[in-house]
Amino acid sequence: MLKTTQNIVLLLCLWLTAGLATQLLAGTIRVGKMRAIKSIRTGIGIAKSGDTVLVDKGLYREGNIIIDKPIHLTGMQRPVLDGQNKYEIISIKSDHVTVDGFVVKASGQSSMQDIAGIRIYNKRDVTIKNNILEDNFFGIYLQQAHNCLITGNKLRAHGKAEHLIGNGIHSWKSDSLTIKGNRIEGHRDGIYLEFTTNTQVRQNTSHGNLRYGLHFMFAHHNTYTHNTFSSNGAGVAVMYTHHVHMKNNIFKDNWGDSAYGILLKEISDSDIENNRFEANTSAIFMEGASRVRIKNNIFNANGWALKIQASCMENQIEKNNFLGNTFDVATNSSLVLNTFDSNYWDKYEGYDLDKNGIGDIPYRPVSLYSMIVERFPPAMILFRSFMVTLLDRTEKMIPGMTPEQLKDSTPAMKPVQL
Amino acid sequence: MKKMIKYIVADILQSRIMIAYTIILLVISFSVFAIEDNPAKGILSLLNIILFIVPLVSIIFSTIYIYNSSEFIELLVSQPLQRNAIWLSMFAGLSLSLSLAFLLGSGIVILVYAWSATGFIMLASGILLSNVFVAVSLLASVRIRDKARGIGAAIMLWLYFAMLFDTLVLFLLLQFSDYPIENSVVALTALNPIDLSRVLILLRIDVSAMMGYTGAIFRDFFGSTSGMLIALAMMLTWIGLPAYISTARFRSKDL
Repeated sequence: MLKTTQNIVLLLCLWLTAGLATQLLAGTIRVGKMRAIKSIRTGIGIAKSGDTVLVDKGLYREGNIIIDKPIHLTGMQRPVLDGQNKYEIISIKSDHVTVDGFVVKASGQSSMQDIAGIRIYNKRDVTIKNNILEDNFFGIYLQQAHNCLITGNKLRAHGKAEHLIGNGIHSWKSDSLTIKGNRIEGHRDGIYLEFTTNTQVRQNTSHGNLRYGLHFMFAHHNTYTHNTFSSNGAGVAVMYTHHVHMKNNIFKDNWGDSAYGILLKEISDSDIENNRFEANTSAIFMEGASRVRIKNNIFNANGWALKIQASCMENQIEKNNFLGNTFDVATNSSLVLNTFDSNYWDKYEGYDLDKNGIGDIPYRPVSLYSMIVERFPPAMILFRSFMVTLLDRTEKMIPGMTPEQLKDSTPAMKPVQL
Repeated sequence: MKKMIKYIVADILQSRIMIAYTIILLVISFSVFAIEDNPAKGILSLLNIILFIVPLVSIIFSTIYIYNSSEFIELLVSQPLQRNAIWLSMFAGLSLSLSLAFLLGSGIVILVYAWSATGFIMLASGILLSNVFVAVSLLASVRIRDKARGIGAAIMLWLYFAMLFDTLVLFLLLQFSDYPIENSVVALTALNPIDLSRVLILLRIDVSAMMGYTGAIFRDFFGSTSGMLIALAMMLTWIGLPAYISTARFRSKDL
């Protein structure tokens, strides 16, 4: 008797809170091992538009769960949806769906299809939040999705080889997404956007993915702020895109010959501002980039701070701090179509007689030896030997091999305050 | 033998050149760390000094010292002493005092300002380099009787290890750049103790740049424990081999 009253009271409380959270008219359907409705599929089946399906704690092995009506699927204390390494776990085939608070694990794997933990099919206004996705092929897959919110999810996979694992958050032909506060580990690409526009990517952490922490192609007018990309196999690669805004991000510890803090390939009309590049083999590698403004960034302890290929033009590099990098700038040609202004270079050895904070002689960030290493990488082993220092000094006096025009005419004497 | 070493060390430490060397090292190391607010950059500036000055002073000082003490050596030989013991105490005396000078001059400053693995490697390479160049100078001075030629040979040897060798390696690198030569480059560096210590420190300071493709090869070799042991073994060979050959020659030398 007492127990049933207790249960009723509890149920009432939950009913009230859930009812307040959703629309007052909408119903709530409870799913759980101890309840009348034992399976999520049945729960979704009887739910009407706008209803909430509340799922109790527990392990659910239901194969592919298809959400084909606008409902809220909410997990209490993180119920586990297990795909048994066979199925796509949640398929969203309706607008206005919310998936909140689940552990989604062990989706199927396939070389033919892109099987995901949670996948949105050509829909809009979907919210996916506070889920933990473990050991899935693709994590969250957005296919032609519009105005969706992906927030607070933790994705982790244990991929061994690139072809055996999919991307963490994968978006194809979508628009106006918000991807915020997620953490992605061990996937192929952490966040991958293709043909995705007007999207905000904020406060995510992409760490230790096999290939790129962030990867986008043909994804115009997107903004990336306050993200951290660290220790990914090949850093961050962004390609064939214009109007990208990257601000306040951290790019860290991307080590390897073809690993970059950011690889900019065919990027134009973009801003890279207030970012921090720390201990990458190459902090920024630019190929075919034009009209990119690199401003107020900190480059600290990288192998190469900037590698600018001759195919880049009209890029502005200004007011950055270059601290403790092995090489500041490297290039593969004597053609210079980019401008360097008012940066702080810790290797600058000039003077400032009029005390206006700007060095009186220009700084040439490309050293002779960086040109030699660019052409013969093994020559790196002689770096910092007396002979090499001598070569660099001579070249600084009388530039012969290094591009004469590649210089910062107004180098700052003190680090730029950011 | 202990007595001889004690006498030689006392004699060397009293010399003005030795005191000046210690003070110069101290002043340079101290000012390098005082100017740079970042200890990593301080280490970097110090690196060139150590790779440059320490071998130079070690080789020239020891060569001159041995030539100057030729009469003392003759006196010792006339005593009932083994020639091996005489020569080895010369070596030990020079090594000990030069290492001590380095420790006092740079070692303490490094330990104070750069208490890290990089600092320790630097300290170790400084001491090992001192010993290597004492051994090399012994070899030069036992083979050449004439003092002027002997000192000339010492300077040439230093020039070779400090500069010419790198130029040769760079030349080979550029000549054979079409071939996969990374591994041979690693083997080549082992032939020069100065390069060996430089690469060991380089792998710590410029680790990001050294992680490039070829860099990874260097790191796989020198960065691993076995690579470090091999590098140490190479350095010890650089001390042991010249010391051994010169001792053998001294044994049968007509003084």
